Amino acid sequence: MNFQIVMLLGQDGLTNGAIYALLALSILLVFTVTRILLIPQGEFVAFAALTMAAMQGGTPVRLGWLLLALAAAAMVMDIHATWRRDGRPAVRRGSVLGVGYAAALTVLTTLVPLGDAGVAVQALVTMALIVPLGLALYRVFYQPIAAAHPLVLLIVSIAVHVVLVGVGLLMFGPEGARTEPFSDGGLRLGMVMLNSQTLWVVAVSLGLILGLYLFFERSLYGKALRAAAVNRLGAELVGISPELAGKASFALAALIGSLSGILIAPITTIYYDSGFIISLKGFVGAIIGGLASYPVAALGALLIGQAESFSTFWASSYKEVIVFTLILPVLVWRSLSHHGAEDEE
Amino acid sequence: MKPGVLSKTPAARPVPSMPRLSPSGWIVLALLPVLAAAPLLLPTYQVTLANNIGIFALATLGLVLLTGVAGMTSFGQAAFIGVSAYATAYLASVSAADLPASLAWMAGSPLAGLAVGLVLTLAIATVLGAVTLRLSGHYLPLGTIAWGLSLFYLFGNLEFLGGHTGLSGIPALSLFGIAFDKAETLFYLIWAVLLLAVVATLNLLDSRVGRAIRALRGGQRMSESMGVNSFQAKMTAFLVAALYAGLAGWLYAYTQRFVSPAPFSLQAGIDFLFMALIGGVGQVWGAVIGAAGVTFAKQWLQDLLPHLLGRTGNFEAIVFGLLIVLLMQRLPGGIAGWIAKTFERRRHRPAVLESMDLPDAEPLPRRPMPEKGEVVLEARGVTRRFGGLVANHDISFAVRAGEILAVIGPNGAGKSTLFNQLSCVDHPTSGEILFRGERVDGRTARAMASAGLSRSFQHVKLLPTMSVLENVAIGAHLRGSKGVAAAALRLDRAEEARLLAEARRQLVRVGLGQYLHAEAGSLALGQQRILEIARALCADPCLLLLDEPAAGLRFLEKQALAELLVKLRSEGMAILLVEHDMDFVMGLVDRVYVMEFGERIAEGPPATIQTNPAVLEAYLGGVE
Repeated sequence: MNFQIVMLLGQDGLTNGAIYALLALSILLVFTVTRILLIPQGEFVAFAALTMAAMQGGTPVRLGWLLLALAAAAMVMDIHATWRRDGRPAVRRGSVLGVGYAAALTVLTTLVPLGDAGVAVQALVTMALIVPLGLALYRVFYQPIAAAHPLVLLIVSIAVHVVLVGVGLLMFGPEGARTEPFSDGGLRLGMVMLNSQTLWVVAVSLGLILGLYLFFERSLYGKALRAAAVNRLGAELVGISPELAGKASFALAALIGSLSGILIAPITTIYYDSGFIISLKGFVGAIIGGLASYPVAALGALLIGQAESFSTFWASSYKEVIVFTLILPVLVWRSLSHHGAEDEE
Repeated sequence: MKPGVLSKTPAARPVPSMPRLSPSGWIVLALLPVLAAAPLLLPTYQVTLANNIGIFALATLGLVLLTGVAGMTSFGQAAFIGVSAYATAYLASVSAADLPASLAWMAGSPLAGLAVGLVLTLAIATVLGAVTLRLSGHYLPLGTIAWGLSLFYLFGNLEFLGGHTGLSGIPALSLFGIAFDKAETLFYLIWAVLLLAVVATLNLLDSRVGRAIRALRGGQRMSESMGVNSFQAKMTAFLVAALYAGLAGWLYAYTQRFVSPAPFSLQAGIDFLFMALIGGVGQVWGAVIGAAGVTFAKQWLQDLLPHLLGRTGNFEAIVFGLLIVLLMQRLPGGIAGWIAKTFERRRHRPAVLESMDLPDAEPLPRRPMPEKGEVVLEARGVTRRFGGLVANHDISFAVRAGEILAVIGPNGAGKSTLFNQLSCVDHPTSGEILFRGERVDGRTARAMASAGLSRSFQHVKLLPTMSVLENVAIGAHLRGSKGVAAAALRLDRAEEARLLAEARRQLVRVGLGQYLHAEAGSLALGQQRILEIARALCADPCLLLLDEPAAGLRFLEKQALAELLVKLRSEGMAILLVEHDMDFVMGLVDRVYVMEFGERIAEGPPATIQTNPAVLEAYLGGVE
């Protein structure tokens, strides 16, 4: 192994690590606000990558149909909820808007060929599909049981993941896909050639982290979300709706997931079920951060990226074994620094 | 409703002279002839299917115990089956020449395969459990997901395990001269193992260890205070689940006679959890219902969906996933839970039952009590700070055997903080706490329980779906010693009878004798507080810490409680109580310790306290 290879592996690790860090942050965000371990986070990544690939390859984009189905389900659930509460069914404007939006987007992506529209437009359309998908997932699957035991939430998360992977196979088929890189060329730093996609990934990740920081530190909604994460009941008492907090955190998670998918699609071939393994590395990062610390989680995820990249070089077929075994020392350390029994409410 | 409770219901004892049989006992009896006849009547294809269901149900049974009863989730069940199946397959198909000379005897031996498979499975489970079970509940599922994936990739990459193509050429199972080479003969073996596992699980749940496991869900702080080691109880449940998976893996290897990585993937681990949930987690029979239901439904969907969707793929997962979401939203008890509930409702079980159906047993040995007047508990200069807030400042007092001390004070005086430190749930910032002359601050609540301190809780902590009797028996946890194996094999009955007799004795003593078999959650709040005192007494303590025992009690109940406490005092018990009800306190206790803003303001017999100007000022809002 020489310097050239070290730099190459390091660059690879950094690219993947940055993506894992984004996912770890979004997993933590959802977990602290809603106590939900967002196992389907990976599906946002895979669906975004495959939707981009479908647009560029001129194959039909079917993600709109899923959004439409979920929006319709949300509308039915809303009507049912008002019926139970007021004794007569009523349609909320929000759910009509949701269905209208999903229908419009489905028509757009089905009829308008977006193959030559450019990466920027394709990325925007992809995000316009996936961010509301996050909202709808929360409304349909999690909101009715938002107060349930964390164990129940975890089981529902797993179930939603399983459903989405199945639907992913229906929408995108079993073939993998890769998209065109955002730009050609790269940046030469001394004797090291930095890949342009690496630069994109690092730049967008840093931008997103900065944006999240500003959102949580400076904006009222960000502060409200933080309050909900610290103390759900207290936040509710001062007027922060847990429903809103849940939806907002899911929308953010979907945004981060879709961006990650768009960024990673030119680097790796993504299949309908690739999202899980990718997001699981984000989970390992979140575990390193103790499911609580954002900076430690992000650093942990970067570390996972490097570990993965270097183990690819040394023991390619044991790559996943090594990466997932890494959580063992982390758990040992967490376990030793932890005292006493606790009841989980 | 929990199976342990089920086995003691009155409907199950029709005639007093007949041996008592629980509903599960009847199910086993009814199943036996059906199972015996099944392989003779069914075509081989159906028998093979039943074999798979049996193996799946065995693995699912472990999850029912783990998830349903103990409230933990694992996705590693399939990986555990894989470890055992691969160990079995490897030893069965390897030639003796390929093994080191000292291990050559293992080649081709099914029992060696079983032993190695179980040892490996349990070893991995022990490591995983040791690093995750002390942490909050999310680490076990995440840890098992990561490890399930790791093991899956490992199976696929190890040359000597055949890589992704797997190991084939496993000879037919032959045990003690009987050849299990056909689906029909294997059927008897698999279902016998499954039924034995079901019975062992039911026995385990209905025991001292079982109560500790059942207390894990929502009662850990309480059970730790009663001396239960929660970590050990979690580990027990996890290892039993892994053991069942190991057995299932051994059976799997000899049923399929071929192993490859695919059936042990994370997806399979998720499928097992789905079986447990659909069947009804928390219900032992739910494992069988879930395994059968999911297996049949999967077959049907795999035939149907490709016609509907026009292509093939793992689309039944969509249906199962949605079904799970619907179950979690609408019917968290699963199918078996729903059956048990409907069944219960129809039977109109009265809440109040006769208490005479427990055989009298030899009383448990008691600990040597301190002499009357001996100092049992002493606080010396106890100070507790939370950041800048001083919740307790320089608190010093002593409680003697045969004395009742009341700690009173307005809200926010620091009584609960003090109480927590005395019971070693919290620890002082400075100062010392001595119990029978030994320094105890810094010890665990569990250690205090074994030293002879027993307590009740301000907010009642009991297991609402468990019977009153069993709730109280948790208090006697440290007075028994039988473990998992003894419980599963019913070798613990003599000790169990003594524990339950002790629990009944304490319940009769506190006046709840007619509610032994009612669900603890069905009692009125005042009665639940009394239940906590019975539970505390069950531990045979020399010091009783009672946190607002009279709150929510009616007048007559208060009188009865006061009588009980007076009686305990005369027997030499040291009692410390925190209480708001002044009438109750003043007529009962020997001394009163008054706190305000974390400090002592007065101490003495009730008569002097009642006229103490500082107390009147602080506590009663001043003298007009």
